[in-house]
Amino acid sequence: MSNNLYRDIIGDGLWRNNVVFTQMLALCPLMAVTTTATNGLGMGFATTGVLLLSNITISALRAYITPEVRIPVYVLLIASLVTMADMAINAWLHELYKVLGLFIPLIVVNCAVLGRAEAFASRQPVAASALDGLMMGLGFTLALVLIGGCREILGSATLFAGASLLLGQGFAFLETTLIHDYKGFLLMLLPPGGFLVLGFLLAGKRILDQALARKKSATAVAPDGQMSAA
Amino acid sequence: MSVMSLLSPENWQRWRERPYYHTVLLGAVALLTGALISGSDYLTRSAIDQRRLEDLQVTLEQVIPADLHDNTLTKDTVTLRDGEREVIVYQARRAGQVQAVCYQVTASGYGSTTMFIIMGVDRDGKVLGVRVTSHAETPGLGDKIERKRSDWILSFDGRSLGDPPPERWGVKKDGGIFDQFTGATITPRAVVKAVKGGLEFFAANRAQLLSEPSAITQAVQ
Repeated sequence: MSNNLYRDIIGDGLWRNNVVFTQMLALCPLMAVTTTATNGLGMGFATTGVLLLSNITISALRAYITPEVRIPVYVLLIASLVTMADMAINAWLHELYKVLGLFIPLIVVNCAVLGRAEAFASRQPVAASALDGLMMGLGFTLALVLIGGCREILGSATLFAGASLLLGQGFAFLETTLIHDYKGFLLMLLPPGGFLVLGFLLAGKRILDQALARKKSATAVAPDGQMSAA
Repeated sequence: MSVMSLLSPENWQRWRERPYYHTVLLGAVALLTGALISGSDYLTRSAIDQRRLEDLQVTLEQVIPADLHDNTLTKDTVTLRDGEREVIVYQARRAGQVQAVCYQVTASGYGSTTMFIIMGVDRDGKVLGVRVTSHAETPGLGDKIERKRSDWILSFDGRSLGDPPPERWGVKKDGGIFDQFTGATITPRAVVKAVKGGLEFFAANRAQLLSEPSAITQAVQ
């Protein structure tokens, strides 16, 4: 039972209940930062850290928080966590801060963090909440990198530009230029391009999910759904 | 009843029924988070100041060549008034004499956000280097003013108020000599204007900037 629960949390966070592709949350920071895949990755990691911490804190305190004042309590806790993360990264991981600095305060406006506190952490034990925060964060990161990658390829014909600034010199091999002397496709770098890419990716996910569902119903005759190969 | 049992979840459950519980809870959380933030501010403040100083040092070294000075740039400052604004000027000295100065100018970018620009100027009013230290321009368009994204900012090197002549101190679209970017004219136009303003500030305050009595300056000229 408990194994099933954890498997569900992982599947929900990464795919079925993905913050962006299914819940359609956090579109504001999404449009702002996904001009490159690297920016998406940075924002994704920072958000994952905050989601993990806020889910753990709120789950640990859930017995003491009353429904009437829960929203201001969550807002206070999340905003403080983000502020502390901002200070700590600035002071001790300064190279990372120079790349991520712009995005960290944006995490406060990410309604997915409050959403997970409300929908999951306020009702579930600490371990499950921690896993949920981590998986939702990684699902968000996946969405950001996908959208960032599409916009970067279409907009400036590069992929993972500036990755070595974020991840260290060892990751310089990720930086790819696809077309030299590319004139750039401005629309993709501006917010409308973000919405266009998001729309096509959403449509793609629907088609993929439908195809998977058809396959599943075709194999459903097999006893007790041993479907792991799908 | 011990303190621990008072704090047990069962007791909290009973306390939760009381009308004042919400107020106490909110107050307690505000106090807790306030304390946490003050604590982390206390722990990180000196480190953050140190990092800021290091960043400034790095920028200053980019706009002032190392062979022009033997002092620590961040420690040798004078403060000047430029209209309403106070300008902190970093002086580069060699053997006690000011060889170059460095100061911040601001430009109003696309969407009226402020760009901060550090520029270095030598004794003759010639630009040694310009760097944009912070801005909120459109990624992929206006951000070509950053040194790490393009060489554009280097086109100021060696320029002065007379070179190019004042009417050519602008982007090409305005009849000037500096490139604009495809899809972004406002950003480079604002930077060019700010750098020109910085040079005018130097011309107006040369004696003070170089820490020389004005009589000597005139005699030299």
